[in-house]
Amino acid sequence: MGILALGRPRRLRRPDGLVLLTLALSAMVLMPVAVLALSWLGNESQIWRHLADTVLLDLVLNTLVLVVGVGVGVLVLGVSLAWMVSTLDFPGRRFFDWALLLPLAVPAYVLAFVALDILDFSGPVQSSLRQLIPAFEGGSVRRPWLVVVTLSLVFYPYVYMLARAAFMVQGRALMDQARILGLGPYAAFWRVALPMARPAIAAGLALALMETLADFGAVAVFNYDTFTTAIYKSWYHLRNLNAAAQLASLLLLFVLVTLVLERMGRGRARFEQQGVHRMHRARPGTVQRWLLTGYASVIFLVAFAIPVGRLLFWVVDSAWLDLDSRYWGLVTRTLLLATGAAVATVVLALLLGYVRRTRIHRMVHAAVRGATVGYAMPGSVLAVGIMLSFAAVDQWLGSTFGLRPILMGGLLALMVAYVVRFLAVAYGPVESSFERVRPRLIDAARTLGATPAEAVRRIYLPLLTPGVLTALLLVLIDVMKEMPATLLLRPFGWDTLAVRVYEMTTEGEWARAALPSLTLVLVGLLPVYLLMRRTRAH
Amino acid sequence: MVCAGVKSAAVRVGRARLVTAAVATVLALLLSACGDQRRADEIIVYTSRADHLVKPVFDAYTAETGTRIRFITDNEAALITRLEAEGAGSPADMLITVDAGNLWLAADRGLLQSVSDERLESAVPANLRDPEGQWFGLTVRARTLVYSTERVQPDELSTYEALADDAWQDRLCLRTSKKVYNQSLVATMIERLGEAEAEQVVRGWIGNLATDVFANDNAVMEAIVAGQCDVGIVNTYYFGRMLRDRPELPIRLFWANQGDDESGVHVNISGAGLTRNAPNAEAAQDLLAWMAQPTAQRILADGNLEYPVNPDVVPHEQVAAWGSFRPDDLNVEIAGRRQVEAVKLMDRAGYR
Repeated sequence: MGILALGRPRRLRRPDGLVLLTLALSAMVLMPVAVLALSWLGNESQIWRHLADTVLLDLVLNTLVLVVGVGVGVLVLGVSLAWMVSTLDFPGRRFFDWALLLPLAVPAYVLAFVALDILDFSGPVQSSLRQLIPAFEGGSVRRPWLVVVTLSLVFYPYVYMLARAAFMVQGRALMDQARILGLGPYAAFWRVALPMARPAIAAGLALALMETLADFGAVAVFNYDTFTTAIYKSWYHLRNLNAAAQLASLLLLFVLVTLVLERMGRGRARFEQQGVHRMHRARPGTVQRWLLTGYASVIFLVAFAIPVGRLLFWVVDSAWLDLDSRYWGLVTRTLLLATGAAVATVVLALLLGYVRRTRIHRMVHAAVRGATVGYAMPGSVLAVGIMLSFAAVDQWLGSTFGLRPILMGGLLALMVAYVVRFLAVAYGPVESSFERVRPRLIDAARTLGATPAEAVRRIYLPLLTPGVLTALLLVLIDVMKEMPATLLLRPFGWDTLAVRVYEMTTEGEWARAALPSLTLVLVGLLPVYLLMRRTRAH
Repeated sequence: MVCAGVKSAAVRVGRARLVTAAVATVLALLLSACGDQRRADEIIVYTSRADHLVKPVFDAYTAETGTRIRFITDNEAALITRLEAEGAGSPADMLITVDAGNLWLAADRGLLQSVSDERLESAVPANLRDPEGQWFGLTVRARTLVYSTERVQPDELSTYEALADDAWQDRLCLRTSKKVYNQSLVATMIERLGEAEAEQVVRGWIGNLATDVFANDNAVMEAIVAGQCDVGIVNTYYFGRMLRDRPELPIRLFWANQGDDESGVHVNISGAGLTRNAPNAEAAQDLLAWMAQPTAQRILADGNLEYPVNPDVVPHEQVAAWGSFRPDDLNVEIAGRRQVEAVKLMDRAGYR
């Protein structure tokens, strides 16, 4: 049947071409990780002892608090909002449907900075309270709860987006069947809709938590020390990249184990759909409807409108002075890089998903897992791993064939870096759409005389489209916000908006960072809006 | 080779009419990366001093000499790691960083080369450059005390070390120990006082903190203005920027450690060195020497309200208005030499 054969997965004796391609892709992602793992050849016991004696325990506890807190936060926000917009009717629903995704375009460190700017002791809220109420003293809000809230507000869109897509495909019929079988509306949600959406929600949660673990910018604004802080401390301040790489590979191991546990927890459950259904929304009573609107508005305000308004204020106040002709170059390059990387990453994610769906071979599983570990690494550390492996390739090519460096300083290297880092982001939504395609559907199509190509066009494509668009959007926005790899691997002249944000913030010029930050958000709005329109429920 | 391959792939794809806009974008990106040949006469700079602080100087040099300069900005640790990884094949001619500790590290890793140049040695004071000529200071950054004019009399202040006294209980604000400026300050304290005494001072600071340490110097000053604390330690150019926009703020600088037997104000540099394998070393050396001369010094220092390293150049009017001070005369390389000790000391003392 050739390599495009569809339908039930085939057990392969030997890996075929596509499996080999998958293995190659996986090797590419694992190369920088392997370079970092090599760090264990060195003995950094001195640094380890220092960290263990002083800060390590606190860092691990802080990290656990953050992971659990943000995990609960993004689940509650993401699932509740996704459920509302996809199954209920309330005033403003069509607007919130796409607007609730917008916080995705706000970089975490921007929300962190704005939150402190407004809420801390010297900010407007506490200052006015002190004037109004003499007894009010106020104090520092740089506390764990605010870090958790901030990161939850920034990262819930991952869960929201994937859960929303899942709820929409479920359709009303599933809920009706559950109700006919005697479940109340709440029981139907908890016992049918939610478990059916589990792969999507888990994929979103995994993305949000990996972002949380890898985050350095936002926690640095709060001076909240996490495991990632220790990684940077070892590299930047204790000047030991090796120890940093060891710490980073431990973090990665932790993530891998967690992902495997989640897989095992799903067990043999299957999550296939019966096809796309029309949605008939439930219409709650007037008071409840306005409560829903209020809830969605509050989230939209604090996660998006207020921070963007604050940025806008800075821009109008002073930062527009930086607006010159070079600025269009920044915007164009940001868009070019993000589009190129998003397309490349999603195509490769589709390949992974397809191979995993159609082939059973012991290597496939491992290869797919391997190809999607990049996201959990703190960006800078992964970027260094990529740079070290590229530089080694360049040096080898140079000494063996006398070539000038072709990887370092070229766009190819940067593209590969983006793919390595964001393949997991694209793979999550793509895989959860693949899971919804029942093999029986393909069998039926084939029995009815459809060619494999027709089966792809008429069954795979419609069912995969929402997942593919989601993946494109997520990678596009992630690449636009990406800093460390862009900084380290960009060719001369390829400055992006994120690079400009970095340069301003590193000099403490927060107000001047507002212009590139705001532009980043605005440029991110367009794809969010367009893609949400495409996937809007009928 | 690779470039030709990409090109022919692009043509083939085009013929086959399979082109989607997306594939074309990716190929165009790869193509544009190729053919980016280095010109023989250009200078390539890796800099951790940001674009808006170095580009004006490079533009002025290009206007004056016609020499093209291309540069990449990034974090200093990343740039140093990149130089190391690229080895002999590195395109970079020059490394610019803030904080002498980073230049010391680059020199220590064998990434820089010694330069002996009269133009540099006469313009840069001996304690603000590497004794072996591997790097030279370009601007001076002073880190000193800032206080609330509403709650502190200047005669209550004296030294960094005195901020550990009980008098400042719950009145001190500090920036995080993760910023290299504080690591350098503590490194010089270790050099002068010895490790044990320096640790006592840092523990004293931590005991006197009015609130959690802040992520940046601006936040320290905002906290003093808002009344959360009374005194802090900041780099003067942050103070300058804040006062430029809001001159009415009730905070002032105090020059620390000015007594006869005291160390003087802690200073650090932003500076530059030539890379070990600089392909265009001669031109880069000319650029480096030029940056220490008055025209460039004006742009470098005034652009960020820092102090020129060249003693013949007077500071910006606003900077001069803060008065003059006696700087610490230790060689700034101490910041690099003792940085790891300083970081570990602050970890032990609970300075986050």
